[in-house]
Amino acid sequence: MTDRTTSPAPAPSPAAGPATLLVLADGRFPAGGHAHSGGAEAAVKAGRIRDAAGLEEFCRGRLHTAGLVAAALAAAAALGLDPAELDAAADARTPVPALRTASRKLGRQLLRAARAVWPAPGLDALAAAFPRGAHQPVVLGLTARAAGLGPRDAAYAALYESVGGPATATVRLLGLDPFEATAVLARLAPALDDLAGRATAAAHRARDEGAGVLPAASAPLLDIAAHQHAQWPVRLFAS
Amino acid sequence: MHLDHPDGYPQRHTHSAAPVRADGSRRALRIGLGGPVGSGKTATVAALCRALRDEFSLAVVTNDIYTREDAEFLLREAVLPPERIAAVETGACPHTAIRDDISANLEAVEDLEEAFRVHGPLDLVLVESGGDNLTATFSRGLVDAQIFVIDVAGGDDIPRKGGPGVTTSDLLVVNKTDLAPHVGSDLDRMARDAREQRGELPVAFQSLRSAQGVAPVAGWVRDRLAGWTARA
Repeated sequence: MTDRTTSPAPAPSPAAGPATLLVLADGRFPAGGHAHSGGAEAAVKAGRIRDAAGLEEFCRGRLHTAGLVAAALAAAAALGLDPAELDAAADARTPVPALRTASRKLGRQLLRAARAVWPAPGLDALAAAFPRGAHQPVVLGLTARAAGLGPRDAAYAALYESVGGPATATVRLLGLDPFEATAVLARLAPALDDLAGRATAAAHRARDEGAGVLPAASAPLLDIAAHQHAQWPVRLFAS
Repeated sequence: MHLDHPDGYPQRHTHSAAPVRADGSRRALRIGLGGPVGSGKTATVAALCRALRDEFSLAVVTNDIYTREDAEFLLREAVLPPERIAAVETGACPHTAIRDDISANLEAVEDLEEAFRVHGPLDLVLVESGGDNLTATFSRGLVDAQIFVIDVAGGDDIPRKGGPGVTTSDLLVVNKTDLAPHVGSDLDRMARDAREQRGELPVAFQSLRSAQGVAPVAGWVRDRLAGWTARA
């Protein structure tokens, strides 16, 4: 097992309450997410999302793959695991260059917002270590930590974002009834609760056994579509 | 026309927008250009680049809605070398990228500044918004001043209708004045209405096809730059 004596101290018990999590998870949090569809644009074009039912299936698949991976990384970062090790773990779990680029870009944008909203030495250190941006879930976890939130909160924020983005994008792309799109998110809530628990447990395990034990669930179709989407000459969303 | 507020640039809330760089030098002045689709924002940016590029170190950030056409137009017209033009993608919401969530634009501006930091730092960055509606304005966290571009063919009642762009922009440009007789727009009426909405804030009537071209707007930008560097 790796020597962890150099890792940051374990996170203090979360000092912030649910209101802080609402601020972080708000879709209007200015961290660049509005320009990304989480793969929804490619799925709409391919005819895989045509209506609310299609959106729900898409989001469920995304939650259990990319969502869980992001949530576990975020929870581990919030728990105080070494951000550089987690960033490498995120790289290993993001095989598609287009998605790596998008994740680092979004990480950089989130870090900018986080440093203005919850200034903390840990965030300054992360910015210095990753001037071109660390992976977004890692930044999200450290942001949660700086805000006084715990690993489970970070997991929730990552999971909610992983489906909130595609839902909003689908409303814009398909003209989908916004009430139906929000009802999809509400139906997914029990899955979010379940996955937040799993992501948090994985983060605790990674603290003892290293980032290698974090979930690595992949979604090949999301990956392939993201790679193709990045080549489109005309598109509404950056990813 | 020079109506600079001496120290009026509002408080910055973002990490990059402090007017002084980490090394103590003054960062580039940032001017936003917004306005409805087709009013001539990109053409104005191209003309400004041609008018100012020999005097100042310039760069442009474009915010296309769904393509890279604006950036490509500027490249094709060769108004600036490619390394001085950056394109930001806006996810179907051009106003969000310049007002509610400015992070991608700040990043683009910073990257341009960083690229030219050593050899001839930038004096001016123009941020062109994607064509939007009359309510789209730039965040003061992104730009130091903003130009709102409308055109006479969009209807001579636009100044009267007001809205944040028309009433609060630092410079209102009424473009394509050469078309006024053809579309039945009354320029005097537009000027009166604009004065009513904007008080002392300046308005420039512009036809890029006339001999004068972009000169009045370029003059306003020069004044802004002089005010910006004078405070260094």
